Amino acid sequence: MDVRVDRDRCLGAGMCALTAPRVFDQDEEEGLVVLLDARPPEERRAAVRVAAGVCPASVITLTEHGSSPAA
Amino acid sequence: MQNVPSTRPENAETVKTGETTEPGAPVTLPTQRAAGCPFDPPAGLAELREERPLARMTYPDGHVGWLATGHSTVRAIMGDSRFSSRYELLHYPFPGGPEGPLPSAPVGDMTGMDAPEHTRFRRILTGKFTVRRMRQLSDRVAEITEERLDAMERGGPGVDLVEAFARPLPALMICELLGVPYADRERFQGHAHTIMSMDVTPEDRYAAFVGLQEYMAELVAAKRAAPSDDLLGDLARDSDLTDEELVGIGGFLLAAGLDTTANMIAHGTFALLTEPAQADALRADPDLAPQAVEELMRYLTIAHTSVKSALVDVELDGLLVRAGESVTLSLEAANRDPERFPDPDVLDLHRKATGHLGFGHGIHQCLGQQLARVELTVALPALLRRFPTLRLDVPAEEVPLRTDMSIYGVHRLPVTWDEA
Ligand code: HEM
Ligand code: SF4
Repeated sequence: MDVRVDRDRCLGAGMCALTAPRVFDQDEEEGLVVLLDARPPEERRAAVRVAAGVCPASVITLTEHGSSPAA
Repeated sequence: MQNVPSTRPENAETVKTGETTEPGAPVTLPTQRAAGCPFDPPAGLAELREERPLARMTYPDGHVGWLATGHSTVRAIMGDSRFSSRYELLHYPFPGGPEGPLPSAPVGDMTGMDAPEHTRFRRILTGKFTVRRMRQLSDRVAEITEERLDAMERGGPGVDLVEAFARPLPALMICELLGVPYADRERFQGHAHTIMSMDVTPEDRYAAFVGLQEYMAELVAAKRAAPSDDLLGDLARDSDLTDEELVGIGGFLLAAGLDTTANMIAHGTFALLTEPAQADALRADPDLAPQAVEELMRYLTIAHTSVKSALVDVELDGLLVRAGESVTLSLEAANRDPERFPDPDVLDLHRKATGHLGFGHGIHQCLGQQLARVELTVALPALLRRFPTLRLDVPAEEVPLRTDMSIYGVHRLPVTWDEA
């Protein structure tokens, strides 16, 4: 799974950092999303899919690769 | 909301009436909760959601727009930039609004702006409300919580939980965060309450708004002169906000922080006291708190209604929403949609309620949600654990409900407990 974020459209609502804290953080000044791990390991992918789904600005995009079932 | 003359956005080009494929007759917004069901959305919303999740709706001013009740529909509209939040484009869904669209949003009221104006304000503030920053406040929240519980124990048994606990905690926290002296609360609490009331006259609301502005203007002048180490002090020192913008934002944040979490604490406690098994589950397992808070947010949806206006013709669920038409979003109906949440009318603290719309969705999703989460996660279990025998002191039917407020909840919650 490849994870991408679009900081330009991020609102800093923090749903990502709340849902998948090992993969997303927020920077200190602007509170915008910071991607900690663009290729999260298997055990974190479910949380990442939830985060992408709840992000209020839909700025998290996932590219699933063959090995794991697509969400 | 400010009491200025409104400009009507509809012109001949955007208004085309009578063309819709929605089959039913226009409805009016259901607002009456069934007797004995203080936690359920107004009667009639469930039927609408099932049959017509996007229905034609007649507004009290005569405008014919829409009412959205289905979770996917409401969520889609909140996330769609073709729908505007500008007040001057919106028709008020509750009785007592102006004839025609609302007056435009006062300076600093972010909920009434679209991008890019909204983006500018949001960007200035998001860094102050991150998950991490709010978690750093947990210890302070826990401290205040214990102080209030001590005071309650000394004064009780038999208190109004709203006055004794639910209101002071969020008020103290938002005051500390913003740098507003809590001792001044007589000067702003009443105004904030009036602004949030749905059944006050526009004149009274305007007067309250002016009162809050006057208070904030004094405070902002003081912060400019000597910036303190708090949110308003930071903004006074570092941001490019004008005095007027700073006053507007400060008043808005203060009002938003005072009434919302307070109602979640009080109404959440009311719900838990009527479902003792759920309360016991939370008492027994503190780790359940974060999830329990999400479920209470979903189940109670105290910020029950939002409104948007279509900027262009939009096709949605096979229906055509025309430019200029208002769409009322029933967040409370959406959060009880069985398509999204199985057995939606059951309060189940163990369910995964992620994806609820209790804090909204899209670019206006609640800025203060991480603060609210910290407050609720700390306050609710602490209250239950301190008073294992906590119970209502009046029959549930006698608890006065905030059916007259844009934030639902209870006006008072008389509770008691056995002395240890
Ligand atoms: C449990 C408590 C709370 C609830 C249920 C709640 C609910 C909401 C909802 C539903 C919205 C979106 C409104 C819409 O799109 O129509 C919102 C926006 C907002 N809330 Fe909250 N809120 C809560 C606590 C707070 C707190 C503590 C603050 C403190 C600062 C706050 C500040 C804001 C602000 C500034 C906005 C506007 C954001 C924007 O327009 O970008 N809220 N809130
Ligand atoms: S959830 Fe979305 S909008 Fe919120 S901080 Fe994360 S990326 Fe940004």
